[in-house]
Amino acid sequence: MNNPETGGWFSGWFWGWFSVQGAAGSWLYPLLLAGLMVAAWEAVVRVFGIPHYILPAPGDVAAVLVEKRAVFLRHTGVTVLEVIAGGILGVVVGFLLGLLLFHSPILEKACYPLLITSQNIPVFAIAPLLVVWLGYGLLPKVVMAAVIVFFPMALATLNGLKRTDPDWLRLFRTMGATPTQIMFKLRLPAALPELFAGLKLSAVYSTIGAVIGEWVGAGAGLGYLMLSANAQLRIAMVFGAILCLTPIGLLLLGLVTWLERVCLPWQRLSRDESARPDAIPSP
Amino acid sequence: MEIRGLGKSYRVGKSSFAVLEDVSLGIGRGEFVSLLGPSGGGKSTLLDILAGLESPDAGTVRIANGETRDAPKIANGASLSGSLIPPIAYMQQKDLLLPWRTLWDNVLIAPELISSAERRRMEPLAAELLRAHGLDGFQKAYPAQLSGGMRQRAALIRTLLCEREILLLDEPFGALDAITRGRLQQLLLRVWREYGKTVLLVTHDVEEALLLSDRVVVLSGRPGRVLREFPVTLPHSVRARSPETLRIKQQILELLEGHHE
Repeated sequence: MNNPETGGWFSGWFWGWFSVQGAAGSWLYPLLLAGLMVAAWEAVVRVFGIPHYILPAPGDVAAVLVEKRAVFLRHTGVTVLEVIAGGILGVVVGFLLGLLLFHSPILEKACYPLLITSQNIPVFAIAPLLVVWLGYGLLPKVVMAAVIVFFPMALATLNGLKRTDPDWLRLFRTMGATPTQIMFKLRLPAALPELFAGLKLSAVYSTIGAVIGEWVGAGAGLGYLMLSANAQLRIAMVFGAILCLTPIGLLLLGLVTWLERVCLPWQRLSRDESARPDAIPSP
Repeated sequence: MEIRGLGKSYRVGKSSFAVLEDVSLGIGRGEFVSLLGPSGGGKSTLLDILAGLESPDAGTVRIANGETRDAPKIANGASLSGSLIPPIAYMQQKDLLLPWRTLWDNVLIAPELISSAERRRMEPLAAELLRAHGLDGFQKAYPAQLSGGMRQRAALIRTLLCEREILLLDEPFGALDAITRGRLQQLLLRVWREYGKTVLLVTHDVEEALLLSDRVVVLSGRPGRVLREFPVTLPHSVRARSPETLRIKQQILELLEGHHE
């Protein structure tokens, strides 16, 4: 963030003039920067006469997007479906695996090193296998996304459940809580912030997984569109596909963040000390 | 409650060191006893054993339960299972309020763990306690929105709503400023009188112990042993200004000084 206090009198005046309060302020600067970059891009392409099959101007990309909107819409729909199905599958499997590992220390000891090792296998290496096993349809992409998503989710679940404050556990035990109550009234709610962190990662990773799946073998989807347009040197199409892809992850991330705000209203409070009233007089 | 010959040692590597050694202590029903001693002297371990969180290596703890006739007995090394929960409520220096629960849901957690009917039964009392202790209107507030004093008051109310006869308080006001601490001490006294609880208060504040309790038990440093007991007979209202209090305080400080390594 630009701090008017630190940049000398000129920047103080400059940013003071520009400063926008509240939520709009956090959007304004990145948008301005993005606008500047697009303008520079357009200028560079025009001034140096770069051919469209190397780097199309933003205007060309926009034109393609409008002209072929039906094509983009269809492929975007396919990818969105894969991302959401794969994300949900990965989150559910990851969460259940985290729960299982938490409940069985032996299983955790056995699985944890293997899980870490498995994460060193590049997902690109698995993708062709999935095509062989599951074909060219929707399924291998969904599985691909799930494979990428389940690991951070399992880890978030396991760590979240393990990190319950031992003093809380003592309190619950002196109050006579059953193991089920400790799980549902203490461990799980205490793990929620961590679970949401895992969900946010999942929202981002799921898109990557689906596109990788499409790159390896597909008949539809934005990854497929990108690859086939690239082969025909229709670079404007490639950029169009990227532009369609970006909002998917962003919207999912926004959705998870919104859900977190709704489900964990107390989390914002602990950061915002100003919400705390002054101590009221005691009786 | 009677504690006899209690011992506990921990193993660190090959050597084991004793935390408690032959601790014997009787606490009568409705009595307010303070436990004083140097830090690291096993006071908290003693409370953990009494609360059933740890099991002793030696000695016995007898807790006479008003509700059931036969006293639950914690014998050598026998750990407590879920069915054998001593009639004890435990409160620590940390308020341990759950940040995802509102104040209202926090103070009612203990009856809620028993059943929803039990929770409903306790709700009027909870409302009354919140009102009496200046927390009315904050029912829907989250702990993060409350001041340290308010949070500790809420923790005390939660401890009361456990409906246990014995309150074990482990330096409950240690983290508070002097004024808030003084108010909470008065609150604790009132609660103790009104509800006829038995209180065992662990503190390292000699004055706090003398102001509040009927009896001050001084423990030695590691391993913790009972050095001496000081009965405090003066009425609570005159203790703060009485020379008698000062005299006992002097004695206790000398005793503690002698046993400090």
